[in-house]
Amino acid sequence: MEPIFIEGTPKTPTIRFDANEGVFEIKGRSIPENSVEFYKPLVDWLDQYKESPLGKTVVNIRLEYFNTSSSKCILDVFKKLESIHKAKNDVEVNWYYEEDDEDMLEAGEDYESIIRVPFKMIEIVE
Amino acid sequence: MSFDVEKYFSDITGGSPILHFKGNIDADLINRMLDTVEEKLVLINEDPKLRKKVYNVLVESLQNLYHHVDKVPEGFEDQTAERFGIFTLLKVNDGYKIITGNFVRNEGVNELEEKLKRINSSTHEEITELYKFILNHQRISSKGGGGLGLVDIARKTGNKLDYLFKRYDDNNSFFYLNILVDNKK
Repeated sequence: MEPIFIEGTPKTPTIRFDANEGVFEIKGRSIPENSVEFYKPLVDWLDQYKESPLGKTVVNIRLEYFNTSSSKCILDVFKKLESIHKAKNDVEVNWYYEEDDEDMLEAGEDYESIIRVPFKMIEIVE
Repeated sequence: MSFDVEKYFSDITGGSPILHFKGNIDADLINRMLDTVEEKLVLINEDPKLRKKVYNVLVESLQNLYHHVDKVPEGFEDQTAERFGIFTLLKVNDGYKIITGNFVRNEGVNELEEKLKRINSSTHEEITELYKFILNHQRISSKGGGGLGLVDIARKTGNKLDYLFKRYDDNNSFFYLNILVDNKK
């Protein structure tokens, strides 16, 4: 499978989804007006990856800001990961948040309570 | 029956704004406003935690305008704006006020007001649960909104949403939303 690399912009995150490594990363800001347009190709890609995933998939989410419209799309991404995990593959989500950013920590905890995949909350200390 | 939207807005907001805009809310404008506010808050060395909160609430309130404004009433001064909105950012003692104004059709007022009342009568824990419920169960609407904007604003600020519907004419009202963002939560 071809990996997805997308450079970040002030409104959309950097994306690195590499099926050969089994490491997926979403990093930066995700505040587009039309988040479905941005995330749909990622969700479609995960649908394909789901067919023959690696034994272990690591997902690193390192967001500075995200809007509520992205929050639904990110949930769609997690739902794909959940089904990979359900099919007896290791999936691990590392949710990074900046020191003192309780809102971002809470956002990670929201997903952790909805999605049945192991989450690690990692505080970035500068 | 109509009134001067701009004058009414400046009367209720008062003070001298850091940023004020009236007109068409499009994606470029939102980008420019976000950049400007971020630069200003960095320049005055605002506390990073409060700065982030202001930025977050700003994104949601501007995108709420972008996704939800109704058409301007016939006879309104600015007929060119597809998405007409007013927006002000003010510095107040403990933080910032973000005030937005836009037209809503009268038939939509009840539903919006019910939503606001529900949010304002909820505890922080209830708002968190409501947020998670909508996140998990509601699809993104045809207007492009996720239905989470107001809930998210209330959750992040920890403050009640101050609002007002002022009847403009038989079909339209003007909706003001006054959000206090401080470091209280």
